[in-house]
Amino acid sequence: MQRAAALVRRGCGPRTPSSWGRSQSSAAAEASAVLKVRPERSRRERILTLESMNPQVKAVEYAVRGPIVLKAGEIELELQRGIKKPFTEVIRANIGDAQAMGQQPITFLRQVMALCTYPNLLDSPSFPEDAKKRARRILQACGGNSLGSYSASQGVNCIREDVAAYITRRDGGVPADPDNIYLTTGASDGISVRTILKILVSGGGKSRTGVMIPIPQYPLYSAVISELDAIQVNYYLDEENCWALNVNELRRAVQEAKDHCDPKVLCIINPGNPTGQVQSRKCIEDVIHFAWEEKLFLLADEVYQDNVYSPDCRFHSFKKVLYEMGPEYSSNVELASFHSTSKGYMGECGYRGGYMEVINLHPEIKGQLVKLLSVRLCPPVSGQAAMDIVVNPPVAGEESFEQFSREKESVLGNLAKKAKLTEDLFNQVPGIHCNPLQGAMYAFPRIFIPAKAVEAAQAHQMAPDMFYCMKLLEETGICVVPGSGFGQREGTYHFRMTILPPVEKLKTVLQKVKDFHINFLEKYA
Amino acid sequence: MASSTGDRSQAVRHGLRAKVLTLDGMNPRVRRVEYAVRGPIVQRALELEQELRQGTVSLPAPLPSQGVKKPFTEVIRANIGDAQAMGQRPITFLRQVLALCVNPDLLSSPNFPDDAKKRAERILQACGGHSLGAYSVSSGIQLIREDVARYIERRDGGIPADPNNVFLSTGASDAIVTVLKLLVAGEGHTRTGVLIPIPQYPLYSATLAELGAVQVDYYLDEERAWALDVAELHRALGQARDHCRPRALCVINPGNPTGQVQTRECIEAVIRFAFEERLFLLADEVYQDNVYAAGSQFHSFKKVLMEMGPPYAGQQELASFHSTSKGYMGECGFRGGYVEVVNMDAAVQQQMLKLMSVRLCPPVPGQALLDLVVSPPAPTDPSFAQFQAEKQAVLAELAAKAKLTEQVFNEAPGISCNPVQGAMYSFPRVQLPPRAVERAQELGLAPDMFFCLRLLEETGICVVPGSGFGQREGTYHFRMTILPPLEKLRLLLEKLSRFHAKFTLEYS
Repeated sequence: MQRAAALVRRGCGPRTPSSWGRSQSSAAAEASAVLKVRPERSRRERILTLESMNPQVKAVEYAVRGPIVLKAGEIELELQRGIKKPFTEVIRANIGDAQAMGQQPITFLRQVMALCTYPNLLDSPSFPEDAKKRARRILQACGGNSLGSYSASQGVNCIREDVAAYITRRDGGVPADPDNIYLTTGASDGISVRTILKILVSGGGKSRTGVMIPIPQYPLYSAVISELDAIQVNYYLDEENCWALNVNELRRAVQEAKDHCDPKVLCIINPGNPTGQVQSRKCIEDVIHFAWEEKLFLLADEVYQDNVYSPDCRFHSFKKVLYEMGPEYSSNVELASFHSTSKGYMGECGYRGGYMEVINLHPEIKGQLVKLLSVRLCPPVSGQAAMDIVVNPPVAGEESFEQFSREKESVLGNLAKKAKLTEDLFNQVPGIHCNPLQGAMYAFPRIFIPAKAVEAAQAHQMAPDMFYCMKLLEETGICVVPGSGFGQREGTYHFRMTILPPVEKLKTVLQKVKDFHINFLEKYA
Repeated sequence: MASSTGDRSQAVRHGLRAKVLTLDGMNPRVRRVEYAVRGPIVQRALELEQELRQGTVSLPAPLPSQGVKKPFTEVIRANIGDAQAMGQRPITFLRQVLALCVNPDLLSSPNFPDDAKKRAERILQACGGHSLGAYSVSSGIQLIREDVARYIERRDGGIPADPNNVFLSTGASDAIVTVLKLLVAGEGHTRTGVLIPIPQYPLYSATLAELGAVQVDYYLDEERAWALDVAELHRALGQARDHCRPRALCVINPGNPTGQVQTRECIEAVIRFAFEERLFLLADEVYQDNVYAAGSQFHSFKKVLMEMGPPYAGQQELASFHSTSKGYMGECGFRGGYVEVVNMDAAVQQQMLKLMSVRLCPPVPGQALLDLVVSPPAPTDPSFAQFQAEKQAVLAELAAKAKLTEQVFNEAPGISCNPVQGAMYSFPRVQLPPRAVERAQELGLAPDMFFCLRLLEETGICVVPGSGFGQREGTYHFRMTILPPLEKLRLLLEKLSRFHAKFTLEYS
């Protein structure tokens, strides 16, 4: 296990602080020069330096916005300044940001949000009645009938009730209690994954909390684990088997981890990020049984629950399966499940809306959770309102229903098409292999990197796939994230690319990647 | 549901097992966190509101029975600086621009002024996909960082501000936590110590507890209108050095909960102290627009630092925080804010950016709102007159309420209240009779908590006990916002004074 963790770390690319944004650091240096009122002869050592700062923060890595993304920003600036490149624009396929890629917001959602933001519009004839009804209902639940007031720390009450009703519908009638719902700032920020992990982490030495995460993983997990100084326990998804989760691998990982930490938490991402697999019901049952057996707290990251494309796959929530497994499990296994407004068909990332549902949480711990949330006052109320519309969309018979459904189906239909297209095109390229994209928004193809390229990368002190992705960016303007940022088996290389660009553009992107890859293989043959 | 593994049903035993996550097993630092502004008293206020709605009454365990009917018809939440919840209207221009950003179809509507449309278009141009729904870069939208930098320059009489030193945040709280997090290191005697004022805003104590840093208290001088005294900083620092390594000094100006506005001389002295003692300065300046007292003026730490020249200007590390939640706009729910860092090590600045990138970006609507706060309509813009009128109305009313609060409290025997020079709170000192203190101790409550709970039960007024902010031993206070509308505030102050008199009589 330690070895595995070390491998993943070693694969993580350059770790020097300077790799974190040369452009910014030189700008910062310039800035401090400007701020010097007069030149000074000697500067004392600063109070806060790389050496003296919080070592846990220093250990944090976050590839999705790492060096490659900073490089992409530099290239964009160069293009703006008219510097010649073999391409005319940078395509940011590094992050699941649908609207940045041109996806239009869902009309109904934005109508209700505008009405909530500026209630004078409630008199305007250009808004449909159902949008107005929704906006009035949300505003009535806000302090001073305004989005500008703080909400309760746990979130606006009526929105938590709507979330509970949504979960009950989604799970075929399995009850959800609004008291177990916490509205959050996206799924990743202070209130959600990070907060629940923060509460869980304790002990020192061999009794330090271990947190099991999939490899490849979404690097929020490894970053938060570093920051909290918890122990990262890796379990590997099975690439040969469409990135399936194998319970034997969980067993191996937990056994090895018990030598040096106290594994207390098991994180699952379903549908998978970056790997796009959708877990079968049977697999979820096995995982729940394993968590029960090993006394692990389950964290189910289900933010892609609306993003399932393969006709033979279905999303099953951990909550639903847990309940259907009977009271032995449903009244014992502790579970936190996360959802967000950022993904699905709405792609409202900027609003930072989300929720967490907790099951079987000790009542005293709930008190601790609310206390901790209250220090941050409340999640953004506009994001809470957006969440409400997502869980409480127009229904058949309402004025906006038809347009809403059309827009939603169009986004999801397009994503399904792009998932298939991406898989098909990648698999036509020699030296690239791509598992089916059953769900989520990413392809995570395996790429063959020739030995000479690996050597060249080492000479640059880069992980080989970082080297590959940097070259791809510099030659084509396409920004993807190297697999080493997510973790992968030693000696294998991948990258994560979103499938969000519009179909025609995506085709061009895939063609360009193909040409680049063939060229790269030749160059380093 | 049938089990898929044969031995599963045998393995499963009926009945409840011990939880994985319990009070004993949880993160001990989180357990130590306290946050009074939303503590037990606010929980009780929530329950009372529900009871009022349902017309039923439950009896709070540690308190004497209040009978069936409530002696009040509504709970007044004077516990938190939440202006719009208290009826303050949003500034029209801000909400117009924001609505245009949210629903750009409205850009063709004749019902919005042109300058609002222009501003919305400008913000949308700077957003990914021209939408508030895209993530921004982690440090916030570049254009808005530039606007913030220009605002700081105007505020500080031309002293330059660099957009690269400005980081947008989720309210100011988020940025304060981030900077403190960077500063915490060491173990035992070398663990980071952070000086905070007493009384303080409990975000500081809560964050330090959570980070496992050492809280070093310096006391504000109540006899001198809560002034900050550098001799007291020296005392606090000297004592702290025995058991930790003090590395940062937090200053809240204008003060929360204490409402004092620091003089320029005092700020200079604090900067000199921080420089000599090698302390990183955190200046919480979220109330910079909220200064009411004649003769008081807001001076930013950044400006004073730069005007002090070398060696301070080029070396003293400083982080200054601002927010959309206070001032005249009171847009708390949007969670907009920023931090400006000065003289921060470039590599550390990268680390800060990295840390921020893990949470992707601050809420984009909050960023947009911040942009409007830092670059409001210019005198030639169509919206200028209305904007200005609304802004002045809010600030003038706050000034009147600050004065009224001080006055009414100081007329009440047993209550004394320093001038509310700035911010949004009064923090009066209350005399509590010894028998009330004894009674509180019997109930296991801090005496001022006991007072505030009784106040809530009997009048529906929700204020926060001084013990949640810290106070000199043997003194008792509470924090009350001055945000209710003027006439309501007057009634509230009178009710509160009468309650205090009755309470004093009851326990004497």
